[in-house]
Amino acid sequence: MNITNSRGLSQSVRHSLTMAHRTLLKIRRTPEQLADVTFQPIVFTLMFTYIFGGAIAGNVSSYLPLIIPGLLVMTVITTSIQTGVQLREDMDTGVFNRFKALPIARIAPLAGALLADTVRYFIATTLTIAMGYLMGYRPHAGFGDVVLAGLLVIASAWAMSWIFAFFGVIARTASSVQGISMIILFPLTFLSNALVPSQTMPHWLQIFVKINPISHLVTAIRDLANTGSVNSNLAISLLGAAIVVLIFAPLTVRAYMRKA
Amino acid sequence: MGTQTDLAVEAQGLVKIFGTNRAVNGVDLKVPKGAIYGVLGPNGAGKTTTIQMLATLLRPDGGSARVFGHDVVKEPHRVRQLIGVTGQYASVDETLSARENLFIFGRLLGLSRAQSRSRAQELLEEFDLSEAAKRPLKQFSGGMRRRLDLAASLISQPPLIFLDEPTTGLDPRTRAQMWNTIRHLVQTGSTVLLTTQYLDEADQLADRVAVIDRGQVVAEGTVDTLKSSIGSASLRLELADAADLDRALAIISGVLNTTAIERTPRGRLTVPLADAEQVADVLIGLRHAGIAITAMSVEKPTLDAVFLALTGHGANTEEVVLS
Repeated sequence: MNITNSRGLSQSVRHSLTMAHRTLLKIRRTPEQLADVTFQPIVFTLMFTYIFGGAIAGNVSSYLPLIIPGLLVMTVITTSIQTGVQLREDMDTGVFNRFKALPIARIAPLAGALLADTVRYFIATTLTIAMGYLMGYRPHAGFGDVVLAGLLVIASAWAMSWIFAFFGVIARTASSVQGISMIILFPLTFLSNALVPSQTMPHWLQIFVKINPISHLVTAIRDLANTGSVNSNLAISLLGAAIVVLIFAPLTVRAYMRKA
Repeated sequence: MGTQTDLAVEAQGLVKIFGTNRAVNGVDLKVPKGAIYGVLGPNGAGKTTTIQMLATLLRPDGGSARVFGHDVVKEPHRVRQLIGVTGQYASVDETLSARENLFIFGRLLGLSRAQSRSRAQELLEEFDLSEAAKRPLKQFSGGMRRRLDLAASLISQPPLIFLDEPTTGLDPRTRAQMWNTIRHLVQTGSTVLLTTQYLDEADQLADRVAVIDRGQVVAEGTVDTLKSSIGSASLRLELADAADLDRALAIISGVLNTTAIERTPRGRLTVPLADAEQVADVLIGLRHAGIAITAMSVEKPTLDAVFLALTGHGANTEEVVLS
């Protein structure tokens, strides 16, 4: 037997892909795990559009170009909380003991979980856009740019999931992961321009909304889907996502290794 | 101590501290290659913690351990390639089927898709798991999960296998099957280190045994030496009147010259015997003192008796012990 004390990069990638495969198998076995990425997009889209549509934009159809990109960001980013919650639940099961004793890359269970969750973001993204389409939303920029917008949301949610994965690794229970994550995400998503234009807000709140990275992401998606324009908001969103990953990926991995 | 060694496991002064509790307090172990080695002890003695340190799952707070000459702290990845671990609680994915579990573990161990699939099939047949091949494990019994757990540890036929209480909670038939599997593992070249609470399990399987109590090895040797060190049998007595308990204890310890007598407040006594002839001496002594008994039996040594003899207290800490 050829025995080494280190793992190559290709091995780490292969182990991570296998762990992602495992997560997908689990989803297939317990499809109710997908409840949040299926019902939430449908219910939120219907609810918020009809509640706010008349008040904010005069009617539903002129609200759709504003709300659909906003809801897309809100819904998909909120979904990424589940990454942390499920990671915590998973780490508490006996099978994680076996992963720890296997000669695999230490990072693989973490990387696999985050990778597999992009499937969840994809479902949430597709359903939100499809719901918008059914309700009459016709993005002017065309199919290609809408796909790009969708990919941008998925990439951002993946970046955000590192934050929640970090809580997942350090927290003691799954419900506390949910709690901490909501406290952070609630103000970020609601104190943004996702649902309403910020002009009617008090001045101090407008300042927060303006610097809130979620607002930049929402604007980037709107511009991309509605007019096909690529601007500084897109650059800021990508930069923000990269910074989150650069900070939280090493933090999470370190915390995870210490526990693993 | 070179890397070439005849020992599968060599631990020196292992220590693990949880808060103020020294769960493992200086354990030395030498497990020869190709043997079945039993670690015997009651709940909370430090068996599982010791195994977890040897299997790189826990970092020791003191001492050192080597697996086939590789240090468990400095070369954990090497050690992990040489071991299989089956825990007390089945470490398998309960939402997945048995086949999916084996497939994923096979992939993680570096087998190709085709290899993983065929190895999973082999193990499903060998461990009588075909029933659980397609359905999620949570629908099946603990015994089934335990078998899968062991099967998963054997995917790559590791040279050293840790089994933490492999038969606790299993029915007698499954237990016997498990014993056969373990014997087969050693015949095919593996070394097995198992923990158990049952003396008869160690008796059936182990070549050598270490008895652990309160984080320390209190005895080490073959099962036969251990048994002979505690006498050949134990005498159980039930007194007619529990009020006679103290007098009875005094008489028995006088006759047998031992203080290692287990008792319960309701007048039950367990006494280790060097040889069965002593029963008569004890009974005559009690008769002379006018102490009546309602039941009496002579039993082969139990783990409780081993513990009593080696540590001065019973394996179950609830029991009151005369000392």
